[in-house]
Amino acid sequence: MSAAPFLAVAGIAKRFRGLLAVDDVSFEVAEGRIVALIGPNGAGKTTIFNLIAGVYRPDRGRIALVGRDIAGLRPHQVCDAGIARTFQLVKPFGALSVEDNVLVGALKRNPAMAAARRTAREILARLGLAEKAQAPAASLTLAERKRLETARALATGPRLLLLDEVMAGLRPTEIDTMVATFRSLVRETGVTILLTEHVMRAVMALSDHVVVLHHGQKIADGVPEAVARDPRVLECYLGTHAPIAPGARG
Amino acid sequence: MTRIAARLGVTPRALVAGALLLAILLALPWFASSYIVSVMVLVLFAAYLGQAWNIMMGFAGLLSIGHALYVGLGAYTGAALFVHFSLPPWIGMVAGVPIAMLAGCIIGGLSFRFGVTGVYFALLTIAFAEFTRILFDHFGWIGGSSGLFLPVTNLAQNDLWHLRGSPAMFYYLMLALVAAALALTRFLLRRRIGFYWQAIREDPDAAEALGINTFRYKLAAVALSAGMTAIAGVIEAFYYNNLYPSTAFAIGRSVELMSAPIVGGLGTLFGPIFGAFVLTVLGESMTGLTAALHIDGIKQWFYGAVLLLIVALQPGGLWPWVAAWLGLADRKDAR
Repeated sequence: MSAAPFLAVAGIAKRFRGLLAVDDVSFEVAEGRIVALIGPNGAGKTTIFNLIAGVYRPDRGRIALVGRDIAGLRPHQVCDAGIARTFQLVKPFGALSVEDNVLVGALKRNPAMAAARRTAREILARLGLAEKAQAPAASLTLAERKRLETARALATGPRLLLLDEVMAGLRPTEIDTMVATFRSLVRETGVTILLTEHVMRAVMALSDHVVVLHHGQKIADGVPEAVARDPRVLECYLGTHAPIAPGARG
Repeated sequence: MTRIAARLGVTPRALVAGALLLAILLALPWFASSYIVSVMVLVLFAAYLGQAWNIMMGFAGLLSIGHALYVGLGAYTGAALFVHFSLPPWIGMVAGVPIAMLAGCIIGGLSFRFGVTGVYFALLTIAFAEFTRILFDHFGWIGGSSGLFLPVTNLAQNDLWHLRGSPAMFYYLMLALVAAALALTRFLLRRRIGFYWQAIREDPDAAEALGINTFRYKLAAVALSAGMTAIAGVIEAFYYNNLYPSTAFAIGRSVELMSAPIVGGLGTLFGPIFGAFVLTVLGESMTGLTAALHIDGIKQWFYGAVLLLIVALQPGGLWPWVAAWLGLADRKDAR
């Protein structure tokens, strides 16, 4: 690994009118790891994704991918730099086939149509969408659309993949399949993943490292087991001073 | 036969149908009356303009309701260079096409830079067309509101270089242009740029996130569409020999230009051509019918009603439906 961290987010802040959505947040993501960004609704997770992906420019702070400052780049430039993202509210190209959706992503690094098609098919197979390849994207179920979001982002050949709640609305067995898919993806391709997720089952099973946000601020940062025991984390998830019976503490 | 069809990426039946259609169209002036030929010239103008407009709306999802601007700019450039400097229309195109492309890039550049999208973009295209109409009304060098006229000379034979000749000459010229536009749009739609346009049409944010420079690709769609439209403008000026700002840049002209691809099928390759045929033939038969019935003004009413019916019953356009019905394509790519 080089001296510069893979992804370094340093002191970023973003204000929307009166609301300070992200307040001086810093964290790092190591290459080849799966890092989860968690927190209650409105904690600022998606805003941080949008700041990294170039949708917004941070008011303050620095976002660097292997030492290169990417804050303020336009979304397509962020993609060129090697960061691909999915959307929490899925955005399929409805009139195009599932394969053509992924093809659009694959054309980023494969200008030749035949090579891009091959890449698209490989990725569809990996995400378990091969059978749906010729179906219009508009015909997919929500779970399939979430997988399509991931497939499309992956097709751009990113070094860092930002997954915004790709497991929401999935059944437990489907979540286990996705967890296995992401694990093998990281192992086989070396891609780094930064994800936000509400499904704790997935966060615990998947992430090497967890960053917890609350009201736009970082309140905890560590391995999943440690974060799950952190009193401040429990407080924000379970309410202020959750009355835990003394007997239950042991 | 099957191999040729596969090479071209069409079904064998579509290949036969296409070849047959082309043969009929090529032979048409030999057996059809001059009236039919002149109606077919109108069909081909509408088809070609529809094809050009469809690149923006059908492929890239950019609604232009001011496309008469590019027709008018082409027409006026070609006509003015001919009237004042005796330059042939082909030189007029060399000048008119870049002017229209530049106008498109100014409108598109301003809109996309400042995030003007959807209906607001459409309104802006109308505004620019109207603004140009008023400007040209007061532009004496090209005749102002009293119009610009091309000298009509009766030649013994067709002069393709100066575009002076019979409707049959214009018929073949427009047929070649429609065929070229069909080949070009088909080529582009299967390349990276075509997929990028469709991605932008379906969801601009997702397209941008996948690394597509949406600004650049949207501008490319506008420039290509405007340039192609201006070519038809130049030819139209030499076909009709008169130009008025009030008709050349009229919003009605823009709307008329949109109706063929909408009726034929937005975003389809053959839809604008089919739509142009249906609408022009419909319009002409309405004229005949109302003349026979001696009811004034019922033509527009009937035309509107049929248009409404088509759009209500086949919102995706007539062509995908007809193509599937004729078995020319599998439903998937009935374009």
